[in-house]
Amino acid sequence: MSNQDVTWLIGGPQGSGINVSAESFARAIVRGGLRVFANIEYHSNIMGEHSYYRVRVSEQERHSILDRVNLVVALDDETLVGEPHVKFTGHHGHLDELAPGGAVVYDSAMKLDVAKVARNDVKLYPVPYQEILRQTLKEFDKEDQLSRLRVMMNTIAVGASLAVLDYDVSLFGDVMREGFKGRRREIGEMNARAAALGFAYVQQNFADGFAYHVQKKPSANGQQARPMLIRGMHACAFGKIKAGLAIQTYYPISPATDESVYLESQQRNYDLVVVQTEDEIAAINMAVGAAHAGVRVATSTSGPGASLMIEGIGFASITEAPGPVLFLWQRGGPSTGLPTRQEQGDLRFAMQLAHGESPHIVVAPADPQEIFDDSFESFNWADRYQMPVVVIVDKYLSTSHWTLDELKMSGLKIDRGALWHQNGNAEKYLRYAFTEDGISPRALPGQEGGIFWSTTDEHDPEGHITEDATNRIKMMEKRMGKLGLAAREIPTERKLQLHGPDDADVTVVGWGSTKGSILDALAELDGKDGLRWNYLQIRLLRPFPSEEVAEILRRARRTVLVENNYTCQLGNLIREMTGISLDHEVPKYDGRPFSQEELIEALEKVLASGERRVFVSHLSA
Amino acid sequence: MATKLELKSYKADTHNNWCPGCGDFGILTAMQMALFQLKIEPHRVALFSGIGCSGKTPHYVNVYGFHTLHGRVLPVATGAKIANKELTVIAVGGDGDGYGIGSGYFINAGRRNLDFTYVVFNNGVYGLTKGQASPTLAKGIKTKSLPDPTILEGINPIALAVGAGYTFIARGYALDVRYLSNLIAQAIRHRGSAFIDVLQTCPTYNDLYTKEWYDEGPEGKSRIYKLEDTGYDGLVHDADDGDELVAKKVQAVARSYEWGEQIPVGVYYRVERPTYEEEVANRRPSLGETSLVNIDLNDRDVQPLLDSLR
Repeated sequence: MSNQDVTWLIGGPQGSGINVSAESFARAIVRGGLRVFANIEYHSNIMGEHSYYRVRVSEQERHSILDRVNLVVALDDETLVGEPHVKFTGHHGHLDELAPGGAVVYDSAMKLDVAKVARNDVKLYPVPYQEILRQTLKEFDKEDQLSRLRVMMNTIAVGASLAVLDYDVSLFGDVMREGFKGRRREIGEMNARAAALGFAYVQQNFADGFAYHVQKKPSANGQQARPMLIRGMHACAFGKIKAGLAIQTYYPISPATDESVYLESQQRNYDLVVVQTEDEIAAINMAVGAAHAGVRVATSTSGPGASLMIEGIGFASITEAPGPVLFLWQRGGPSTGLPTRQEQGDLRFAMQLAHGESPHIVVAPADPQEIFDDSFESFNWADRYQMPVVVIVDKYLSTSHWTLDELKMSGLKIDRGALWHQNGNAEKYLRYAFTEDGISPRALPGQEGGIFWSTTDEHDPEGHITEDATNRIKMMEKRMGKLGLAAREIPTERKLQLHGPDDADVTVVGWGSTKGSILDALAELDGKDGLRWNYLQIRLLRPFPSEEVAEILRRARRTVLVENNYTCQLGNLIREMTGISLDHEVPKYDGRPFSQEELIEALEKVLASGERRVFVSHLSA
Repeated sequence: MATKLELKSYKADTHNNWCPGCGDFGILTAMQMALFQLKIEPHRVALFSGIGCSGKTPHYVNVYGFHTLHGRVLPVATGAKIANKELTVIAVGGDGDGYGIGSGYFINAGRRNLDFTYVVFNNGVYGLTKGQASPTLAKGIKTKSLPDPTILEGINPIALAVGAGYTFIARGYALDVRYLSNLIAQAIRHRGSAFIDVLQTCPTYNDLYTKEWYDEGPEGKSRIYKLEDTGYDGLVHDADDGDELVAKKVQAVARSYEWGEQIPVGVYYRVERPTYEEEVANRRPSLGETSLVNIDLNDRDVQPLLDSLR
């Protein structure tokens, strides 16, 4: 039950090391046999603006965040009360998000009178961060390095919070030690000690009485649990490497950069070249050139970058390049929009992505396993259907952390599609030969006898420019027909999934990253008041599985669309492709993902009010 | 390859629709002659172009040909070369394509020093859209298709290439085919990013810089002269000598501003520097031995990556 889950939140100025603190905390938790789901919110800024990490701790798998918080670890006063001095404030702090009986760990030297601003039912844990830091440094004979090691105050705060939760601080100490190896070993030791001192301070100075304890779960085999803490961007990179990615091109942009930088870090371990280009136009065109040359190639960007890439997508499409695979990590739009925030605003954009009528595939995975699977399979599709493949994901999927024991990797098969071989064949090779299924075997530059031409103009089977009407008709049918072929060949389980009972009173419909919130919300709602719920997740968006979707929706009694955008783009697409209008819609366009509570509230409101459109944002004032 | 290489091995059997007398014919022939001179088998060459009259060049050459997008020829060629470093990669485009819409790629391709050759057909106008001013047309010039003289300064491609970091920088003249083919052959042989700006006549839209203008300068003598005939030496003999590097760059830039009565062609600047491919191989030695396209990438083990997240 989610009301037994504990949400731990750490907040502080950007650049103050809260990422390491939060990820180490989360790792200590999962090693105790528990599961976490964590996400980070941050500003488009390098240093100083408020950022925070939310870690949901549970005995079960969770796939979404809660907005009520049980324990806030504050590294500054802004974490508690926001920026009341700013005219149009960016946030109001996290004190108000505390559940009844929740607690705050903060620096006792903080100027803010926390007792005055906090609710009566909130428990306060002022901890002398500075004094404990001095004591730690003294033990290691490093008192002269106070300012360099100030960041260890984070560790002290985390240690103190573990005492409040009554959790095993040694698990956290071990994680810190592992994080610093070789010459930096001592830093790990100091951090482990600092955490232990913060922990001891709380134990000695505050009577127990906190309502939310976190208990380790004993493992069946007596071994320490070692699940992964995996982000969507990791799953993407793993899928690409596994699929044989040779080249990734990119231009830095939030929130897509993390994935490319991760791949860059693997250039010495795999036969892989990551090229940071001069802009996104260069990134996509380099990728198209590499695809024609015969390697598996990808590029990665967000909305503003994709806006620049569209001519390259059309180029790949008309020249029937085997790729590239484009990962589109959405953020808040339009234009520069909300560079570091969440939105599913680019669905319709991804469907078109180029002028004229040009085929490409669009797929929307919704969690790390699906991202891995689609990342891998996209390269097969690109090679098989000789067209670019767009994988549409978002900031939330890139940066959230899931607890996962393993990625399923069985049955993966690399398919390079139809390749041309000379084999004593004396006939002149035609790169764009008309074939039964529309796919012309491709030669690779360098291959003897395989010389071909390729042009972004309309062309004849040899690849030379022609404006002939008959040829035009056949080429349009050849290229566009490949989408139909893909629709016939891609298995249904890849296109969509109906979660929950086949027969339900209410059917929720969504795509992409809302999956986690929908699954968690439905776990609470299903069976309540005798109502059964199910969830139609649409994963393949182009070619759109019209028949399969229509068949499910025709059976549905009451339908609710859930989307992280304003215009409900999937709803419009479904209407366009099937003629079916969904009964209700729950959009969200505050730049943040759906929390479990927000979604439950919205869905309950839909049923209670019968309103067509229900908007809920717990962040709006 | 069993068939004996001839000049016509590099000619594609395609209808050519350039205007009669176009300078492009000279560049096309020079390129085919250069490939024949170097005896590079046609299937080992990939020729890339942008959009415009020059963009049609690959269709006329019997090698792997890619007619790409306006201004984007260099990124496309770059991607192909990184994928398969054994290919001889040549990029061509017009002056509008390379110095206007593609200027960002022109500069950044110089920074990488990938081993390829870029030939720009520089005629001062946008021919295919009927003669608008290109980035190289000098201020105050009015070609017959312009309603008024251009009020923008023309850019200096040679000086720009020096600043960008090209390691082979030359200028040719489209109507001196033999000399140009020699320059192209040198550029292809050069290890690194080679750039040739080719002065090309457009008989249809540029009525100022015509064959007659180039060939019959003051006193009826050709305006074109060869740098090496004046004792000019563009080669950096010691690439580790910072002073020599700068001196040779300054010399190239200074000479590139010579225009009008006397126009120099030839190799302005040349230096041997580590190529992009070599830098990649320094990081990952297996990529020094084999091109990415020839490496078997099946069955990669990603388990260590998964375990690093535990």
